[in-house]
Amino acid sequence: MNRSLPLIAWIIASFALSTYALVIIPQHQIGGLQPQFVEEEGKVIDIYPIQNLAMEKGRAVYKSEGCVYCHSQQVRDPQNGTDLERGWGERRTVARDYIFEQPSFLGSTRLGPDLANAGSPKWRNEDLDDPRKPVKRDRAWHLLHLYHPTAVITESNMPPYRYLFEKRKISGQQSADALNLSGADAPEPGYEIVPKAEAKALADYLLSLNRSHPLNEVKSAAAEAPKK
Amino acid sequence: MTAVAEPAPAPVITAPVPPAWSSGMDAVERAAIDASARGPVLFFLGNAVLWLLATTVLGLITSIQLHRPNFLADIPWLTYGRLWPAYTNVISYGWVSLSGMGVAIWLMARLCRVQIRFGGVLVAGAIFWQIGLTFGVVSILNGNSSGVEWLEIPATSAVLMLIGYALVGLWGLFFFGLRKQASAYISVWYLLGAFIWFPWVFAVSHLTKSLPQVHGVVQNLIAAWASQSFIAVWVTAVGLAAAYYLIPKVVNRPIYSYNLAAIGFWAFMLFAGVTGALRLSGGPVPAWLVTLSISANILVLVQVITVGVNLVATMHGQHHMVYHSPTIRFTFFGVVSFLVGNGLGLFASLRSFDAVVHFTQFQTAQLHVMLYAFFSMMMFGAIYYILPRLVGCEWLSSSMITLHFYGSAYGGGMMIAMLLFGGLASGLSLIDPHATFAQIIQIGAVYLPGRSIAWVIIGIGHLIFALHFALMLLRIGQPGGQPTLFAPIGEETHP
Repeated sequence: MNRSLPLIAWIIASFALSTYALVIIPQHQIGGLQPQFVEEEGKVIDIYPIQNLAMEKGRAVYKSEGCVYCHSQQVRDPQNGTDLERGWGERRTVARDYIFEQPSFLGSTRLGPDLANAGSPKWRNEDLDDPRKPVKRDRAWHLLHLYHPTAVITESNMPPYRYLFEKRKISGQQSADALNLSGADAPEPGYEIVPKAEAKALADYLLSLNRSHPLNEVKSAAAEAPKK
Repeated sequence: MTAVAEPAPAPVITAPVPPAWSSGMDAVERAAIDASARGPVLFFLGNAVLWLLATTVLGLITSIQLHRPNFLADIPWLTYGRLWPAYTNVISYGWVSLSGMGVAIWLMARLCRVQIRFGGVLVAGAIFWQIGLTFGVVSILNGNSSGVEWLEIPATSAVLMLIGYALVGLWGLFFFGLRKQASAYISVWYLLGAFIWFPWVFAVSHLTKSLPQVHGVVQNLIAAWASQSFIAVWVTAVGLAAAYYLIPKVVNRPIYSYNLAAIGFWAFMLFAGVTGALRLSGGPVPAWLVTLSISANILVLVQVITVGVNLVATMHGQHHMVYHSPTIRFTFFGVVSFLVGNGLGLFASLRSFDAVVHFTQFQTAQLHVMLYAFFSMMMFGAIYYILPRLVGCEWLSSSMITLHFYGSAYGGGMMIAMLLFGGLASGLSLIDPHATFAQIIQIGAVYLPGRSIAWVIIGIGHLIFALHFALMLLRIGQPGGQPTLFAPIGEETHP
């Protein structure tokens, strides 16, 4: 009976150790990370990362639709895979990249490609010489992809997000952001498919994703191999 | 009964005689304890079975959605990105947690030799827990997830569930204080760990995640710590508590070595809680954290080996019980899965292997080895043992138990195999820079329909189990006294 106290004390001590090692120390070590400032002649000429509050609405859609369960937002270094070769980024991502994110969508599964740099013009998910590579992943491309993924990428396993769009009767001129659909997707004449506010916010958020800004703590593949 | 290996030279706590064994408890006392436990334990287990059915439906739908992306895609509530977190929450906090708590309450009552008083408090705990969980799952389906993997449920849910768990956990500690058995059996150690551990991790992770000064990858670390703690600590502790009770009990001999069990417990306590950063291996977190977790994960092997040796040695010469006793068949399957799951976890934590499988279904496979092949099978075994003692009649049909076992063992095994092979195949192509992403999708897709078929098989098993459970609640069964066996002991159906 009198030995039960040490048992409970040991149990609690081991939990305290676990909490200390994996919650308290990390918060102490990286919880206070600040953006990187580059100064020249006493003037700040560059700050990264900066908080982009305009994208919070799109982040909220990304969050509520659970995009994170298939798409990671973390680029690993070459020892841990081929992320850089795949065109998902120019350098690995580090803790400082995420300091303004609450939550940050690091993700744990890649049923789809990594999106850490999805808004970078250099981001790709095809071979460089793939003839089907989209000319440009712009807002219209992202909206069409959200509406009907296999229309733009035949092999895609992404579910369509048609409920983020609505069918509207065309009154007067066609809306500027109406989807350019063809074949079975096209609505009957006189109607158009337009993105709801959520879809537009999500597309804008995806286009804002870019974590390729150079950071002192990480070597960039581009900086390492300037000949490319 | 004095059949104990040797009187241990007193480490921290030693039970000279495991009470599950030689408690001196007579049938009258046992029956009184079981009678007092009937209401609360049946409430927990009955609700757990309902959550198990919900788990099955969600598991099947999310599995189909991966190879048929259009399936239910036009209903926002049922899109994969909302359904998958709903599934993980329902299996973990619905079926796994409620069945675990129900079995834990019964084990505590039996092992501490205390009759349950104020069982209404336990029932209230289960109600709070389920209101919180239901609200949480509805929030996720409604698009109000917190967005942090594993900690998706809103704060309101977390508070309700914490209140529910606190009622159960405090009750567990209360039992422990009231116990008539001076020395505590190894199962009680594990259960105490589980009772204290869960509210600790649950409260700390949900609280710190919501603090304004916690942002960026620290949130992800907290979530990784919480999810790993649930699997590696809570699930492991409750599952092993059941194994350490049921196996000696049914094969009717003491555990092989009490010292070994104690060593395993302390290794587990020290190391299992520090393995959390594994889930962010290679990610944007300080490298030392991952190194720490990998080392801890290797050291957990001490526990895994002791558990394996101990339970297998306890079964030595009694392996034929697997053919007779439903409890042993499910429980032994669970023990083997525990060893397999930890072996896989050890492999997958090594950096070179992690680089291949980190973002693949291999991780989901590991999760299901622990949650399903280990823990759920253990709970099934425990329920087959406990229920007749609570309702006073034996299971109606050994064929139904056999079918349930086939459904869960073959279905569950097939689901896990599909995830493992699919994960390995897509992982190997992910690290091949010449494989295009479209090819990776196609390679992984080969295994996905098999997983859905597996879910159908599991579902049939679960339906039979749920029906059998309902019959027991209605007292439709065989007369009490003789346990329902697959085959009478002595008649070897298998060589």
